[in-house]
Amino acid sequence: MPELLALTGNDAVAYAMKQINPDVVAAYPITPQTSLMQKFADYVADGEVDTELVLVESEHSAMSATLGSQAAGARSMTATSACGLALMWEILGITSAYRLPVVMPVVNRALSGPINIQGDHSDTMGARDCGWIQIFSENAQEAYENTLQAIRIAEHPDVLTPIMVTLDGFIISHGLETVKVYDDAPVKKFLRDYQARYTLLDPSKPLTLGALDFSDYYFEHKVSQLQGMLKSPQVILDVGKEFYKTFDGDCCYGFYEAHEMKDAEMAVIVLGSTAGATRMVVDDLRSRGVAAGMIKIRSYRPFPYDEIARELANVKAVAVLDRSIAYGADGGPVHGDVRAALYGKHPVPVMSNYIYGLGGKPIDMEHIMGVFDDLKESIVKGHPKRRVGYINLKEGNTPSLVG
Amino acid sequence: MAKLKDLVMEPEHLSPGHRLCPGCGVPAFMRLALHMAGKNNVVVCGATGCLEVSSTIFPYTAWNCSFIHNAFENAAATMSGVETAYRALSKRGKVKAPYKFLAFGGDGGTYDIGLQSLSGAMERGHNMVYVCYDNEAYQNTGNQRSSSTPMGSNTTTTPVGKNSYGRKGFRKDLTGILIAHHIPYVAQATVDNWKDMMRKFERAFEVEGPAFINVLAPCVPGWKYDEKLTIEISRLAAKTCFWPAFEVDNGKWKLNYKPKEKLPVEEFLKPQGRFRHLFRPENRHVIDMLQAEVDERWADIVARCETSPS
Ligand SMILES: Cc1ncc(C[n+]2csc(CCOP(=O)(O)OP(=O)(O)O)c2C)c(N)n1
Repeated sequence: MPELLALTGNDAVAYAMKQINPDVVAAYPITPQTSLMQKFADYVADGEVDTELVLVESEHSAMSATLGSQAAGARSMTATSACGLALMWEILGITSAYRLPVVMPVVNRALSGPINIQGDHSDTMGARDCGWIQIFSENAQEAYENTLQAIRIAEHPDVLTPIMVTLDGFIISHGLETVKVYDDAPVKKFLRDYQARYTLLDPSKPLTLGALDFSDYYFEHKVSQLQGMLKSPQVILDVGKEFYKTFDGDCCYGFYEAHEMKDAEMAVIVLGSTAGATRMVVDDLRSRGVAAGMIKIRSYRPFPYDEIARELANVKAVAVLDRSIAYGADGGPVHGDVRAALYGKHPVPVMSNYIYGLGGKPIDMEHIMGVFDDLKESIVKGHPKRRVGYINLKEGNTPSLVG
Repeated sequence: MAKLKDLVMEPEHLSPGHRLCPGCGVPAFMRLALHMAGKNNVVVCGATGCLEVSSTIFPYTAWNCSFIHNAFENAAATMSGVETAYRALSKRGKVKAPYKFLAFGGDGGTYDIGLQSLSGAMERGHNMVYVCYDNEAYQNTGNQRSSSTPMGSNTTTTPVGKNSYGRKGFRKDLTGILIAHHIPYVAQATVDNWKDMMRKFERAFEVEGPAFINVLAPCVPGWKYDEKLTIEISRLAAKTCFWPAFEVDNGKWKLNYKPKEKLPVEEFLKPQGRFRHLFRPENRHVIDMLQAEVDERWADIVARCETSPS
């Protein structure tokens, strides 16, 4: 029987890792990820897992050791945040290029500088093009379930692509929630045994991994790597369906969750924990007869372009909420993706972008209500009230404020 | 210890056909080193650099054993993952064959950018041999100065000019840094002394835990000498005490080679184009400084070996 436990997001992910019982885990502390690995270290110390835990001297080495151990055929994990992810950056691209199905929880935190330990998405957005699948979680329950599913998705022979499972720093990682954890036996069965097709430790088949490519092979290899990402959408859906059927869960198992989108005239698109407040605002508006809706994106990479366009086909105005800045671009990164999804579609909704929550700046229902107010006005005017707005900034710091 | 004439009959882990320069000291000792893993399977991890790029140009590989290259600064960290996987999978019964692990880097990949990763892996006690092939500069990218480059060397980032006699300051004592890690085995070797080399790698593979060997590896294009002189120059490095062959085995220091007559450091510098300018009268003081540094380090090593408890 599933059990209800009071867990923080980090504890929930550590619980998933306990059930995964990876062959190897590399760990290095960084707030807000730290308590996740501390919890996992407890499991090791208490003999609840028999994972080999490598306490490396940096995140660069954490990723390097994880790459090495996964290449040797071991199911391998690590976890990090912000500066740690930035330090891994070089090795992220090598891990995906070597088609190593590493699963890494990333507890989202603002990138330095200035140094800040709180949650935003600038870290994983900075690693967006490293060839990793990126799955966002709304709460501790999703972080737990996404971590379990990520193992199956990454290791699928059509995919063989590493995955970051993200959870918002502090808001999810340190918030205490009721989490439904599933029994070990069915989870173990769901996860399956890992058998790498190629490993460094097969005496009958010595392997050279990481050879030098010149222009006669490099491009071909990169396009071959891309195939894993291109085939992942089907696997994400299949694994989600299987998980749902096996555990009768009630999380988001597709690429995104569409909330009240069927007849929505205006919609907000959001990633991560802010979906919770947004859903409540939508429900409030609906109770007052306003045709509002929300799309919560779960699979950010691969991005569900066609599906998002379909969801927005009859929407009159849409606002994308971005928890990071894409300097020099047209608003934030998610905004750019949604605009790309709508290219060539008719009619298109009036679009605006709101940057919010950087460095842990609070966003509450009032702010999100303000976004919907703007959308209402945009529909009347036929053009966006704000093309790019900044939510909850102190007065005088920016030309256009919201909330 | 196995005899060289028997070893040459054994299958090679590093095969011919790689693209290292003629006269390069590295493949000669690396082949020998890998033989010393005996009947074990071997995984080799290489840092970006000459040996790595020249031995694995896709779709070819010169490695008959498993080989992994990750990046420039993380051969030790990468190998620590491979070695940990080996322990994890052996424990779970998924790997049954015996394995040994050898990671390598040039001096740039070891003294400089890879020092942290190496220090971490050694401190954690992974059962691996790390070998630095020290060609005293970033050679793969064209002879730029590293922290191993000797004083006075003419490199592409410390070029000799009106106001420059080449690299200023003395090299970093990397071997000393590794000794301070108190790992089971640390040694220095030169490529001319194959017997000493074989014994050292045999010992390095044999000890439980990390072993580190720093091998002086003459580089034809970087050091600028006639390619047939690699072994000779290596011998001069030993005879001048520029590169003392010694080891620290579980805390016990041992000198492995003491020249009958310690030659002046000029003898090592003379055949090399990178030091040619030092023989101009105005640079005499640089040779004197180098000699003083060599003497001081040699005296220190000799004293430690003599006073080391047996
Ligand atoms: C992070 C990083 N910085 C720089 C480089 C460029 N690079 C590749 S090989 C190399 C030189 C390697 O020098 P060394 O370690 O001494 O080995 P050698 O080339 O002499 O064999 C450099 C600078 C790189 N590949 N990665």
